[in-house]
Amino acid sequence: MSGPLRLEQVSIALEGRMLIPPFSVAVSPGEVLTLMGPSGSGKSTLLSVLGGTVAPVFRVTGRVWIGEREVTVLPPERRRIGILFQDDLLFPHLSVGENLAFGLAPSIRSRGAREARIDAALRDAGLAGFARRDPATLSGGQRARVALLRLLLAEPEVLLLDEPFNKLDAAMRADFRRFVFEHAKTAGLPVLMVTHDVADAEAAHGPVLELLHAPEGMPVIHGLDPRRAIHEAIEVASQTVWPPPTDRIKA
Amino acid sequence: MPRTALESRAVSARDVAHSPYWLRQAPRLTVALFLVPIVAGLLGTVLPAFGWLPAIGGRTVSLAPWVTLFSQPGIRDAIALTLVTGFSATALSVILVFGFCALVHGREPGRAGRAVMAPILAAPHAAMAIGVGFLIAPSGWIVRLLSPWLTGWHQPPDIATVQDPYGIALTLGLLVKEVPYLLLMTITALGQVPAARHVEAAAALGYGRTVAWLKLVLPQVYRQVRLPIYAVLAYALSVVDMALILGPSNPPTLSVLALRWFTSPDIRMYFPAAAAALLQLLMVLASIALWRGGERVVAQLGRRWIARGARGTSLEPVAWLAAAVVVGLAGLGVASLADLALWSFAAGWRFPQVLPAHWSARAWTGELGTILWPLETTLVVALVASVLALLLVLACLENEQRQGVAASSRALWLLYVPLLVPQIAFLFGMQVLLTVFHLDGSLLAVIGSHLLFVLPYVFLSLADPWRSLDMRYARTALSLGAQPRRVFFRIKLPLLLRPVLIAAAVGVAVSVDQYLPTVFAGAGRVVTLTTEAVTLASGGDRRFTGVFGLLQALIPLAVYGIALGVSGRNRFRRQALGGRS
Repeated sequence: MSGPLRLEQVSIALEGRMLIPPFSVAVSPGEVLTLMGPSGSGKSTLLSVLGGTVAPVFRVTGRVWIGEREVTVLPPERRRIGILFQDDLLFPHLSVGENLAFGLAPSIRSRGAREARIDAALRDAGLAGFARRDPATLSGGQRARVALLRLLLAEPEVLLLDEPFNKLDAAMRADFRRFVFEHAKTAGLPVLMVTHDVADAEAAHGPVLELLHAPEGMPVIHGLDPRRAIHEAIEVASQTVWPPPTDRIKA
Repeated sequence: MPRTALESRAVSARDVAHSPYWLRQAPRLTVALFLVPIVAGLLGTVLPAFGWLPAIGGRTVSLAPWVTLFSQPGIRDAIALTLVTGFSATALSVILVFGFCALVHGREPGRAGRAVMAPILAAPHAAMAIGVGFLIAPSGWIVRLLSPWLTGWHQPPDIATVQDPYGIALTLGLLVKEVPYLLLMTITALGQVPAARHVEAAAALGYGRTVAWLKLVLPQVYRQVRLPIYAVLAYALSVVDMALILGPSNPPTLSVLALRWFTSPDIRMYFPAAAAALLQLLMVLASIALWRGGERVVAQLGRRWIARGARGTSLEPVAWLAAAVVVGLAGLGVASLADLALWSFAAGWRFPQVLPAHWSARAWTGELGTILWPLETTLVVALVASVLALLLVLACLENEQRQGVAASSRALWLLYVPLLVPQIAFLFGMQVLLTVFHLDGSLLAVIGSHLLFVLPYVFLSLADPWRSLDMRYARTALSLGAQPRRVFFRIKLPLLLRPVLIAAAVGVAVSVDQYLPTVFAGAGRVVTLTTEAVTLASGGDRRFTGVFGLLQALIPLAVYGIALGVSGRNRFRRQALGGRS
């Protein structure tokens, strides 16, 4: 348990144009907050802001907290914020086991213990004995699961999902989605998910934010109920969605 | 959380990505490393060109060096020869390459094409000049193949086919080296424009293939090959080693004339030499400006030509001719290198025999010492310069990614400075400077002078593959808690091993190619295969010359082979990286 993820008056602008208006939101451990919106609306940029790898052309303000720890002042590698992309991004020059070892926290020192940890993780994901395999020989679903395992072995305190289900076919998609959400819940991670797919939002069983871009003027963030039609905003939130929209939507 | 604490604050990656201080200084250091010597060297040439060189008693500023320069016999012929060879080599290269690309467009260069291009691209200019000289000499392979059955010659004819007064042999030598280079640059640029679809679209409108390529693809591609073309123009106008081997000697080209005076025992000749070197620089700058003007004219005419909408297939034969000449030049290049090998192992080879009657390795083993010493120097200089260049370039690229800002196109022009400024124009001045610090004639000075040329090529070779690596690999690794340094060594370097090693190999090839920097910075005391080969080429024994020329050509090729082999084996384990390609 790592405490909630809190965004405090976070905003993103690019070349004088506001992409994401200042907004605040909190995600509790085990909860999944879904962020939806059209392409280019700055959803993925928001994730890279949280991850600490946003390009300097973006003007970013605000603060990000995990529990009582402010991460905005930390370099990416010390934030403990794991991110899954559309592509699995398994390092192609390393074996499956080596990929997992790259993620596994260095605090586990002995070789035996590290290997045991990796084998256990693989077994748990139905991939027992895959440690020495070349990632290229795995199926898309298997690779996606390895990517999540690698991330979890790094013991993050927050999970960011950047449309990670997008490239999987329908059957595998539901499967992997369940796999991700279950593991996030077990680990007690606050999850922030960016997606285009309503089904993802529904499966997340959490609050949804939609980023709307007016042709002119400030973009707006709505709280949405995923169980209704996606464009039917149940409540136009103020630009500060605080306290967490969970209460408002679920009310 | 009290709202008062919510003051806005920038939290971009720039604040948090910690590039250590030394890494942030890498671009500045790199630019300084090659600009400072060039600017200082230019200054050291400009001052003596106007009579100022206190070390040898020049303490009055005057135009006397210029008066001396223009009163030298044959100076006008030298200038004319320089301009004619430089422009004809460049213009022909450009026309041939574009004609070739227009014709073969859309067909990937096959294995055979690459196999022919690689040794020609890798071979140093001096080695290629020696090979071409062997090949087209009156007693060379070409005449031998035709004699006596066609020509009736039983003795080598008395014709000046090499070092001819019109510089035809020199132009040919330049074409053999520069056409493959421009071809490679053009093919690379073609990969970045949707050329095939545009040609298809034009074909649907009834345009012939060649015309469609010239009207649609060339204007898009030209922008990207402009700098390489200027580099070829500058090189062709001011080349020294090829001109020494293939060009006429009386009068020679302007750069050779300047070199002759710089190395003359009469130190008063330094002054007209400096004036000649400065004149060479002005000629190159004016020529580039002229070429730029020509581009505009051609572009205007081209616009009208495009607007007229002529579909025509009449250019097809021209393109075929260009392509045939390109293939012929490639054949000439490979045959030249083969000729070097033959001569190095020939024992008795009488005219008009096509192959030596007897073979011997005596040229190789006879005086092994005279080969090994320059070989060692060549390798040490090339490897040290390449490794230094690689470290600087990697530091620049890594810094660029951590700061999240790419170098501007203006910075790219800076990179081209050492390739556009004639070597003769700043090397003398640099040597004067080296003398001040007692560094002239040292290996360190030679390595430093090579670095000026190795650096830009290593950067140009590595920048694109480095920048096109999916940034999300690094982001993922960071999010797993890996330090930036670990991400660099464990993720980026291994993933980019092949381009890194190839860039290093390019560096070695560029270093082995350097003649003039070795002569000047080495003050004649540092002897490499290249300086030996050029010296031997003027009247030395052909077998020996063959040995040095061949060794010179083999080193870059061997290094490329090692680079591909090492990265290939490393990648063989992982399918996603493609194994050998």
